[in-house]
Amino acid sequence: MSLTSKINNTLNKWMRGAGPDSDVVISSRIRLARNIMGIPFPKSADSEDSKHVVEKVKDVLSDGDNEYGLKLLELETIPALEREVMVEKHLISPEHAQAGENKAVSLTDDESISIMINEEDHIRIQTLLSGLQLNEAWEINNKVDDYLESQLNFAFDERYGYLTACPTNAGTGMRASVMLHLPALNLTKRINDVLGAISQLGLAVRGLYGEGSEALGNLYQVSNQVTLGATEEEIIDNLQGVINQIIEQERSAREALLKENELKLEDRIYRAYGILSYARQISTKEAMKLISDVRLGIDLEIIENVSANILNQLVILISPAALQKLAEKELTSTQRDQKRAELIRSRISEN
Amino acid sequence: MLCQSCQEEEATMHLTKIINNQKKEIYLCKKCAQEKGELAFSAPSFSFNNLLAGLLNNEFTSKSTGSSLGLGYQEQKECENCGLNYKEFSNSGRLGCNECYLEFGNWTERLLKKIHGSNRHNGKVPQRTGGLIKVKKEIQDLRKQMQAAVEKEKFEEAAKLRDKIKELEAELE
Ligand SMILES: [Zn+2]
Ligand SMILES: [Zn+2]
Repeated sequence: MSLTSKINNTLNKWMRGAGPDSDVVISSRIRLARNIMGIPFPKSADSEDSKHVVEKVKDVLSDGDNEYGLKLLELETIPALEREVMVEKHLISPEHAQAGENKAVSLTDDESISIMINEEDHIRIQTLLSGLQLNEAWEINNKVDDYLESQLNFAFDERYGYLTACPTNAGTGMRASVMLHLPALNLTKRINDVLGAISQLGLAVRGLYGEGSEALGNLYQVSNQVTLGATEEEIIDNLQGVINQIIEQERSAREALLKENELKLEDRIYRAYGILSYARQISTKEAMKLISDVRLGIDLEIIENVSANILNQLVILISPAALQKLAEKELTSTQRDQKRAELIRSRISEN
Repeated sequence: MLCQSCQEEEATMHLTKIINNQKKEIYLCKKCAQEKGELAFSAPSFSFNNLLAGLLNNEFTSKSTGSSLGLGYQEQKECENCGLNYKEFSNSGRLGCNECYLEFGNWTERLLKKIHGSNRHNGKVPQRTGGLIKVKKEIQDLRKQMQAAVEKEKFEEAAKLRDKIKELEAELE
């Protein structure tokens, strides 16, 4: 297999596409938590119960009505490196990648829909789309939920809604989240004000890759905290409203940067572009920072010969497991830094 | 419950802040609490477990005026379906099965309210359950109508309603 086709195998729909407002919003995700009535939640279930859950889901999916082409894979049959790649692509959680008995995942070919079986809840359905498409993701996820529900008896209470292992997910069982690229808010040092305001609104914010408050690559994830009391549509509307505000703030910060400091900004962006084009070894941290700068340059039309979703793609491709998967072997940290630089050079010059 | 800041670690710190005269509950892991400097000025901060225990105590001082008998009984309470006991629930903040929600009814009510600001679901209803709920509500309505008919001595009408109720009840089974 050629490197290009291997890379294309690694990338999925949201990384290749550019959805609405993709200058700021990288991806939108909806996740629903569901459990099967009467069977203890995964943490309390014995191995027989858990097996039962996997089999029940398998039965539903192998039915002729599975229009989504969702295929079920037992995690233990997937090599550890592949599971790591799934985490890097946000298809499964790090906990779920630990595999273990009776844990499974079900994916569509384009990986826009993924179902985790026997994670914290029996079933977690996720839809991941590029750009700002919360309503679209909800529509898809809602239908997959209807389809599963037509054959599974989900734990539900008239008062508390869908019953989940952790009471923080009860009710709708829905977590809606949006991944944002906010370089200008960071450069203008307004990021903390904006993020602080968001957390006052009952939404959760975190840097996507960094530790603690540091956000690697200026990527942030904003999601709802409250899952009970409001309808799914209300939760999405609320999140969407806040996201629209952040998009406006980021865009105006970009304009302000251009207006007040164009030379300095251009210099920063071209330096990043230069290093990425010629570096022979590079760490994830440095690469993420420079990719963010170049992506800003693309969105501001300062750099025009590189395609915009290069950030989406490279962020995934340069992660440790994805790199090793492309190399088809385990790599030391020095080797990874070298491979990473190689991959970035080739992707940037390819465009 | 997950830390409200990193969404990764278990929240072990519970903070109450007063912002613009509004009380705000914050749940953080130790690391985030330290990072945010919340630990410095939030003493006495107490853990999530203590919070749950606090909820439990409130429950009993208000409901059974601190009767130690009641408390002992409730503390030993165990979910009949999965065997989770109240202590395990309050330690982990996680429930063992869907029955737990009903078994630990008082506490789940209060906990949900504390977490979400509401403990009544308004969102999606599964088709199946939705059907059942609808039928149940219809039966309730018909029963009221039948009662009213009996009171007005309209026995013929009451008999008709009774038949309808029986039909619907058969549907439920
Ligand atoms: Zn934390
Ligand atoms: Zn239980």
